[in-house]
Amino acid sequence: MNTWHWIISNLPFEWAQFGFMRTALLAVLIVSPLFALMGTLVVNNRMAFFSDAIGHASLTGVGLGVLLGLADPLWALLGFSLVLGLGIISLQRFTRSSMDTVISLCMSVSIALGVVLLSRGGNFNKFSHYLIGDILSITPEDVAQLLVTTVIVGGGLLIGYNRILLIGLNESLARSRGMKTWWAQMLFCAGVVMVVTMNLTWVGILIVNSMLIVPAAGARNIARNARQYVGVALGIAVFSGVAGLIGSYYANTATGATIVLVMMACYVVTLGVKAARIEFGSRA
Amino acid sequence: MENDHHKGLARHPCGECCTKLVNVGVAFGGQRILEDVSLHLHCGELTTLVGPNGAGKSTLLRTLLGEVPHTGEIHFLPVFGHGREDAPAIGYVPQFLEFDRFSPISVQDAFSSVLSRWPVVLWHRRRDRATAREALEAVEAGHLCDRKLGELSGGELQRVLLALSLTPVPNLLLLDEPVSGIDLPGRELFYRTVSDLRRRFDLSILMVSHDLAGVAAVSDRVIFLDHRIVASGTPAEVIAHPEVRRTFGLDVPPPPPQTAS
Repeated sequence: MNTWHWIISNLPFEWAQFGFMRTALLAVLIVSPLFALMGTLVVNNRMAFFSDAIGHASLTGVGLGVLLGLADPLWALLGFSLVLGLGIISLQRFTRSSMDTVISLCMSVSIALGVVLLSRGGNFNKFSHYLIGDILSITPEDVAQLLVTTVIVGGGLLIGYNRILLIGLNESLARSRGMKTWWAQMLFCAGVVMVVTMNLTWVGILIVNSMLIVPAAGARNIARNARQYVGVALGIAVFSGVAGLIGSYYANTATGATIVLVMMACYVVTLGVKAARIEFGSRA
Repeated sequence: MENDHHKGLARHPCGECCTKLVNVGVAFGGQRILEDVSLHLHCGELTTLVGPNGAGKSTLLRTLLGEVPHTGEIHFLPVFGHGREDAPAIGYVPQFLEFDRFSPISVQDAFSSVLSRWPVVLWHRRRDRATAREALEAVEAGHLCDRKLGELSGGELQRVLLALSLTPVPNLLLLDEPVSGIDLPGRELFYRTVSDLRRRFDLSILMVSHDLAGVAAVSDRVIFLDHRIVASGTPAEVIAHPEVRRTFGLDVPPPPPQTAS
């Protein structure tokens, strides 16, 4: 950690002189590859709405944490989001109603409950930093926590990647190969919940889902196989993370939102590449 | 195709080992889809399932896959030498592979993900590449290895899925209307390939089809299903059955028996 701060502080930039920026940079470099890898599977398995709901619904988790008087609501958040996420998947399974209805229902209820809990006594403004995120909230202990999460979830993702890819392609096909699709899905959802929840406080509830979806969506425009897919998503996520963080310093804006805007710019570039490819392809 | 993983399975033609269904019934919301279905599937035999729309043909396949709750009994006899009795290796080619055509998944990615747990996002192991190529070449699709799944034509996709369902070689192969949406030359190639595979791997194959005339030449047995088994026997016998003739609108005499293989 000290070495990291020493190296970065020797860079000839104004932002590199601030400890919180150096810590945030490290966090971004740790987290964005994980977002990219997970995002490719979330998009493939049509779970973008699910992860969005988990992000938004965490308002209730924050509210519960405050209600219980916890100084750091992270654990209440994580617990609530896990119950909610696995609940959504199970509910969909057993009621056999359409996924988007179940998700929308759970999300609306959680947001409402969260707002009610947090607005008691008219103090909602106190919590608005959860909505837009705050990089000042990243402490060196948080970075360590993020590193551990990334190693565990990232390792699990790599081990399970093939299976989740096959389930996303076609569940019957995966099941015919003897895969325990139910367990794989539950574990994957738990992973999504962990990653989304751990990064809520600095990215912001409103846009945390974009960190998962936008790099993968951009990579889909140009990738032809799974490896290129993850490679391009990784590139977009890391580049946008670093550029957005530094940009937000100079523009004096919220970091999470700035990163997402850089990601969107990358997405537009991939659209251009795709269009150019079709153009040249038709001539060849 | 005599490569290692096929040799390793040590297959002998037996004519005895089979998948056995006893009085299988399926009902959805009070409506009976299948009633009293009893049949044996022997290995090395191609059984074709024909019948009107909504007769429960696809449901029967999905029941065998374990996706549909049912009454009655299904036994997979463990004569195959590997796999447990309740979990045989089943190859399955769905009627339409419902998938996102924009997913950046190549044919090789799909093969590698069923062959190993080595993450396809890193690189493909040489062994998985060789196995995929060999399986694809057996269905005349070796050139499709690095294509994106979503870019394949209907016939190409169907052959890729057939190759995929045979990797590694299953005990039982289920094909759900594999030729719907494929042009005539494509169909002939597909039937020829399936018929060839049955002999080479001594597989038991259950194929759903609407194309009675096309499958008659390659099937060992035809079953006419309309919620229950109405007729069962050699292709010539089933084609001669009055109910079958009514359903398929056959007014020409049945083909001579020697066309049935």
